[in-house]
Amino acid sequence: MTRGIEIRTSPHLKRVVTVDKIMRTVVLALLPIAAFAVWQFGLSALLLLVTTTGVAVLTEWWFARASGRGNTVADWSAVITGLLLGLTLPPGFPLWMAAVAAFVGIALGKALFGGLGYNVMNPALVGRAFVQAAFPVAITTWTPAFAPGRFTEVIPSTLTAPFMQPIAVDDWIAGLNLDGWSGATPLALQKFEHIETPILDSFTGMIAGSAGETSALLILICGLWLAWQRMLDWRIPVSVMAGAVLMALPFWLLDPSLYPSPWFVLCSGGLMLAAWFMASDMVASPVTAKGVVIYGLFIGALTVIIRLFGGLPEGVMYAILLGNAVGPLISSWTQPRVYGAK
Amino acid sequence: MLCVLCAFAVPITAVSPVMKHQTAALSSNDVPNTGHDSLIQRISMGLTRLLNGHKTFDHGIYPIEHKELTAGKPIRRLPFADELIIPLQQHKGRASLPMVKVGQEVVRGEPIAVADQFVSVPMHAPATGIIRAISLTTTAEGPKAPAIILKVYHAASQQVLYGSEQDIEQMDAQAIIQAVQDAGLVGLGGGAFPSHVKLQPPPGCEIQTLLVNGCECEPYLTCDHRIMLEQTELLLRGIRIALRATGAQRAIIGVEDNKLDAVSHLRARIPAHLPITVEAVQTKYPQGAEKMLITALLGMEVPAGGLPAEIGVAVFNVGTLAQMGELVPQGRGLIERVVTVSGPAVKNPGNFLVPIGTPVRFLLDQVGLNGPLGQVILGGPMMGMAVASLDVPVTKSVSGVVALEPEDPTLARRQVYPCIKCGECLKACPVSLNPSMLGELAVAREYGVMAEQFNLDQCFECGCCAFVCPSNIPLTQYFRIAKSINRDAQRREAAKHH
Repeated sequence: MTRGIEIRTSPHLKRVVTVDKIMRTVVLALLPIAAFAVWQFGLSALLLLVTTTGVAVLTEWWFARASGRGNTVADWSAVITGLLLGLTLPPGFPLWMAAVAAFVGIALGKALFGGLGYNVMNPALVGRAFVQAAFPVAITTWTPAFAPGRFTEVIPSTLTAPFMQPIAVDDWIAGLNLDGWSGATPLALQKFEHIETPILDSFTGMIAGSAGETSALLILICGLWLAWQRMLDWRIPVSVMAGAVLMALPFWLLDPSLYPSPWFVLCSGGLMLAAWFMASDMVASPVTAKGVVIYGLFIGALTVIIRLFGGLPEGVMYAILLGNAVGPLISSWTQPRVYGAK
Repeated sequence: MLCVLCAFAVPITAVSPVMKHQTAALSSNDVPNTGHDSLIQRISMGLTRLLNGHKTFDHGIYPIEHKELTAGKPIRRLPFADELIIPLQQHKGRASLPMVKVGQEVVRGEPIAVADQFVSVPMHAPATGIIRAISLTTTAEGPKAPAIILKVYHAASQQVLYGSEQDIEQMDAQAIIQAVQDAGLVGLGGGAFPSHVKLQPPPGCEIQTLLVNGCECEPYLTCDHRIMLEQTELLLRGIRIALRATGAQRAIIGVEDNKLDAVSHLRARIPAHLPITVEAVQTKYPQGAEKMLITALLGMEVPAGGLPAEIGVAVFNVGTLAQMGELVPQGRGLIERVVTVSGPAVKNPGNFLVPIGTPVRFLLDQVGLNGPLGQVILGGPMMGMAVASLDVPVTKSVSGVVALEPEDPTLARRQVYPCIKCGECLKACPVSLNPSMLGELAVAREYGVMAEQFNLDQCFECGCCAFVCPSNIPLTQYFRIAKSINRDAQRREAAKHH
């Protein structure tokens, strides 16, 4: 025997699932949703997703380099952040603002805390919350889905020059000659005018909204696939949806003309994407079995409360950020009962 | 290495395990804790049993078994090595005291070391030969330790000439316990806890149920499987001896359902008048851990920090009881054991009857190697120990020798990521700890907090958390280090008060 034998500590066997494999699988699950967004909103959505993902990766790379943590881009988590962020923005969102959102998400939401595994909140939502506050007009400017010529021309506001107000899209939309375009998302229609969009439309995504949040069905399929791959804790999205339904149900029963139905609540806005892909972010969610259920119910219920009684039509973003904030507390309340404990 | 649990139940500290029994016994008069406090847990456990058929415990993992390499290989005897190394400390408790001199001739089976007090066992000569030295030798654990080195007379007949037949039906419990100690018998599943100590329940405890552990949940190992198939009569005799010594009313043999052939084989051979049953349990690691087997078969939990005896249970490995059935009636000592030699680096894997003290190098020479050697593990790959030298001997607790090929360089360079709080370790931990939190505390060197607030002492180092961790964090090793630092701190604290 010319070479020495090896020594390591037990266990000497290891499962082959690694962090980068988990992250790559999540990216894979997001790709169909991104593809649908591009098909629905065209070139602008593509540019938006490329911008957010590119800036997120570059920011990650730069901070990892500056802090001497080696190349952390290879763990693919920044790609998820970039993709998710892009999917939650309006399709015509000015690219320079999207870049700011991606930079802030990674820099303030993640790098500042020490990178992957240490962030308190979901970086994509931190970035989105920042631009929601900074650019209130741009982030509530919606454009119609399936606009003719969407693969050859971009929505005018997309190419707004950096540090400028977004280019107005009203004239461009008027030029499309669309029937029945009101400029509002189903959520806003329901909240301010109490008109409920047919459930099938929001289920299949034939509506206006953020780039990747429109088709509840597609998101559900991708999320289920991820859960089936055991890369996603199914208890979180299920609890979020349950929390939302349980909170919406009594109001809808009281006055169906004023309050949305639980099904509308589930399929509208960013709830589905948030439940399956953002609330379930492993790093920012609790780890205990009871903890994830409480966390999910909390987010679901809070989303509905904000939607019904807050100033904004959508509340899932703030609900998750708050859920992330109380996550560690929920974890410490719900420590598992140890074997043999009295 | 499943019965390592026994090791954790009675850590080697200045406190004698017997005293520990006594203090723990004070609280044992309550109704046994059924272990499942919530309705949801009861329902989920019921559903699991309904769906999978066989009983089990919560959590755990499913490593690839690799048992097909040796499961069909009958136990074979190996030749004697030129020199056998018999460490004086092969068991938990106090080291044996040598009773032979250098240069003395011994015959196979002759006692060569005596037990030092109650929690200790004697050693017997595994072969006829001459004592070459009593000196420090390399051990699997690391530090050098005293051992008797025996030069084997290859020309000798190697008959066991020692021992006096005893009629077990005429022996009372105390006589059996003495005979078991004289046989040098320890937990052969890997725990190496002296068997006679477990036969004698601590004051205030009464053993009602004897659990016979035939789970063998470690990958690669098949020696217990073969023992159940080939040494059935000895095993049943051993169970009867243990029933008699403990006064238990019944015995249950628990076997993982990847060995259903052993289940039916045993069922067919158990005489109807004996209170012995065989139950299949789910194939899941670490089903063979004492606590997990008790939970699966009886639905009870061993109180934290307590002993199985407190809930009226004693657990013995099938290999231990088969040896008990063989040795006690003949009044002989433990001189050999069944060892699975397997792993990807081994050319002819199999199950072998190996004399205690056989160097691992000799064993590997006998089975042949496929190529370069990576790790050589004593025990199974989940809880076993990689040896630093092939000169270490097979001791009483070595159930397997698993030889791996050199580690794949891409795997060796595997990165350790930060914890991403995926929660997989919580789903894997059989004693429901929070390894994720414990790991972060270990990095922050908060060892005291780990023990006081997060039940570090309940960890028995089964390795499930490190097995599943996608971040490749060496959680089990962190916990070993933390426990050892806490032990040192306690020792220093105790020394200060004296």
